[in-house]
Amino acid sequence: MTVSIQLEVNGKPVQAAVEPRRLLVHFLREDLGLTGANIGCETSLCGACTVLVDGNAVKSCTMLAAQADGASVTTIEGLAQNGELHPLQEGFWEKHGLQCGYCTPGMILSANYLLAQNPSPNDEEIREGLKGNICRCTGYHNIVEAVKYAAERMS
Amino acid sequence: MAGVLGTSIKRREDPALITGRGKYTDDLKVEGMAHAAIVRSPYAHARIRGIDASAAEALPGVLAVLTARDVAAAGIPGVVPVGWLLPDLKQPAHPMIAADTVRHVGDAVAVVVAEDRYVARDAADRVAVDYEPLDAVADVVAALEDGAPAVHEEAPGNVAFDWEIGDREAVDAAFAQAAHTVELDLRNNRLIPHAIEPRAVLASYDSSTGEMTIHMTSQNPHVHRLLMTLASLGMPEHKVRIVAPEVGGGFGSKIHHYADEAIVGLCSMKLDRPVKWTATRTETNLTDAHGRDHSSHCELALDADGRIAALRVDTKAAMGAYLSTFAPAVPTYLYGTLMSGQYDIPAIHCHVTGVFTHTAPVDAYRGAGRPEATYVVERLMHLAGEATGLGPVEVRRRNFVPPDAFPYQTQVALAYDSGNYGPAMDRALEMIGYDDLRSEQASRRGNGAGRRQIGIGFSSYIEACGLAPSAVVGSLGAQAGQWESADVRVHPTASVTVYTGSSSHGQGHETTFSQIVADKLGIDPDAVEVIHGDTDLVQFGMGTYGSRSAAVGGSAIVRSVEKIIEKGKKIAAHLLEASAEDLEYEDGSFRVAGSPDRALALGDVALQAYLAHNYPDDLEPGLSATSFYDPANFTYPFGTHVCVVEVDTETGSIELLRYAAVDDVGNVINPMIVDGQLHGGLAQGIGQALWENAVYDESGQLVSGSLMDYAVPKIHNLIPFELDRTTTPCPHNPLGVKGVGEAGAIASPAAVVNAVVDALAPFGIDHIDMPLTPEKVWRAVNS
Repeated sequence: MTVSIQLEVNGKPVQAAVEPRRLLVHFLREDLGLTGANIGCETSLCGACTVLVDGNAVKSCTMLAAQADGASVTTIEGLAQNGELHPLQEGFWEKHGLQCGYCTPGMILSANYLLAQNPSPNDEEIREGLKGNICRCTGYHNIVEAVKYAAERMS
Repeated sequence: MAGVLGTSIKRREDPALITGRGKYTDDLKVEGMAHAAIVRSPYAHARIRGIDASAAEALPGVLAVLTARDVAAAGIPGVVPVGWLLPDLKQPAHPMIAADTVRHVGDAVAVVVAEDRYVARDAADRVAVDYEPLDAVADVVAALEDGAPAVHEEAPGNVAFDWEIGDREAVDAAFAQAAHTVELDLRNNRLIPHAIEPRAVLASYDSSTGEMTIHMTSQNPHVHRLLMTLASLGMPEHKVRIVAPEVGGGFGSKIHHYADEAIVGLCSMKLDRPVKWTATRTETNLTDAHGRDHSSHCELALDADGRIAALRVDTKAAMGAYLSTFAPAVPTYLYGTLMSGQYDIPAIHCHVTGVFTHTAPVDAYRGAGRPEATYVVERLMHLAGEATGLGPVEVRRRNFVPPDAFPYQTQVALAYDSGNYGPAMDRALEMIGYDDLRSEQASRRGNGAGRRQIGIGFSSYIEACGLAPSAVVGSLGAQAGQWESADVRVHPTASVTVYTGSSSHGQGHETTFSQIVADKLGIDPDAVEVIHGDTDLVQFGMGTYGSRSAAVGGSAIVRSVEKIIEKGKKIAAHLLEASAEDLEYEDGSFRVAGSPDRALALGDVALQAYLAHNYPDDLEPGLSATSFYDPANFTYPFGTHVCVVEVDTETGSIELLRYAAVDDVGNVINPMIVDGQLHGGLAQGIGQALWENAVYDESGQLVSGSLMDYAVPKIHNLIPFELDRTTTPCPHNPLGVKGVGEAGAIASPAAVVNAVVDALAPFGIDHIDMPLTPEKVWRAVNS
């Protein structure tokens, strides 16, 4: 059995028939080939699979593809515009906010949501805002710097 | 290019990773790919009475269910070997798939292959395994008690090995005369590495060629190929290609050769089609080799002046259910040999018992033996500061190996090549504002031991990096030597490709190694490509772990560049009608000494090397060189870390206030990357001290098997780190570098625990085992 869904992914319309149990992250990764969202756990704790659904940061391993019917989804692949990196992407590069890069797409999209809510967060607000995303490489020090860099660029 | 070494060049790895274009193993998709799911034991110890796979096989989309019978029928070796040996090591077989007995929760008993990932998991749940549960033992101390359930018949008393280093009699004599002695019983908590990318493998066998390509999460593809072909699949080594694409962190966990990767290879061979398997977090936590898990009794003897007279350590080290790749080396060669720390200790004895338990195997995890050794030495030094009344700073200073004593031969095999420990301590004290902190502490204590106490903890660590000089580890009994290879090729247009045996998984080798070549050849780093992680492209290499890539892999690259310059001089001399001895190479040009206008750019020489029609008679064409660099010694990074905490004595909660680290990692190639490595190591070490704990219950169930129960540090748990460096170059490698990947994880557990214990000194507390949860702290305060 499948259900039909229509949604927008990175600004483009997508139509698909999916198994009702299919996770959004598997739909994005395996059906659409958008492998930027990564899977790091199955308990909604690591945040590597974070994407934006109608502007909200959502862990796509905890949402069914069927639930995204009618939604607008942005993945890391859709963040750069016209070949220009998003300020958060620049910030992570500039400030060495990533090492292995596995958590990075989710971290950047969570930070994107944070900055949409609070365009000039202080260090504590950044740490509070990103606590749903685990990075095992950086010790987070430079992730805070990367988000501050982006916030300044965007203001 | 001048100034390229020691510069924070942005990483060339990042554009792919920040845009989602980097391809990790699970991102790969090939035509005809099937999916595997592994059926695992829910028991820590059980006999398998039978397996009924019929319900799984009946599910549409299921291609095969394989068990130990299929491994036997395939006529392959079918085992998972141990790579490092010790004298008298018990080596019970570790079958790829358990045949009659399972020995830890997560042991593989069957594998299902299906057309679809979801169907594979559905089918795995339908494989009915009839188990007869047996008594199990998960605790390293309990496993040695009389009557403990045996993990392997071949290892009576669950002893895998009994190892010692140092001079027991000299230590006993020194203790008999000591003015002060301190002692400690401690547990070094078991950790789960938690690389954020779970292990994964995509094996593609093609019966028409007999070749198999395996993409997998690997820190060392050549080592994996060797162990996979030799011991597991029995394929000819040259018919197997292993590729490590983007690898999402490792921290040791992706060094080891595991059953699962071999099982997926067998599935691909049986089905003659590509098969992918990606671990869930739960699976990876049950099967990744864990770290640490020691129980130790440690004693330090000092004379009346507070000088160390002797150190005695007895450690029980868990091996888990099977010996993993490096496992026997970790609590021995990488632990006992580090017991001198930064100190001049005249007598040391360290005895280690390796212990089988019904748990996941224990093997190298960030620091691998050295954090455990540092924890022993630095906890004892804290107690020694108290016992002698000298305090933590003076007792360390008084015992540092003095700067004029290098090279310094320790009593535990290692010879420290260089060091200067005092300045790192001085700088750390200055950064942290030590005197002011002590005043603040005194004033809080003066107020009737108020609720919020602050504590200051030190850790002056040593590590041995650049694994591993063949001669040194060979003399200790290891059946392995660890050099590194580098093949450097200058193209006709003077751009360069480096093929290195070091395999990056987040460290930024491509950036760093390009800086090395750019510096030595005097060219732009962007003219240098770095290839790694593919056994078909790179000749044999040892991989990335043990903070070895810059010191060993980087040195191999320098050796190759030197050979290229030597050959280039001969070509240039021919073209310039000069003598090769008169040529110098500088800033990308070969010049005749004393005649600055007689020069040729690298590109002119490279082009001629490939055209070769105006060329020295005795020289082969081409401009490339291969080196195998076997280091003369380990490298010995060191430093002093200071942690400041506030402890709420009513709730037991701990707040990190400051963390200052002064590290000496030798010359620095890319400061940004070096600082990043330190940050990450600190987070893992602080995590061990405060939160992380792999807990098995008495029946051998892993009760902290998911991120719900295993507390990996999150961003709001941690604070900004304050870093600085001293620089004492390594004297025996051409870059003067030492290694930095593990320093943070090695130093920080002791610094944090010493800080908490310092805060709680008014309560008479001198030790709490990690992790220092609020409950443990509260109980200590209230006992």
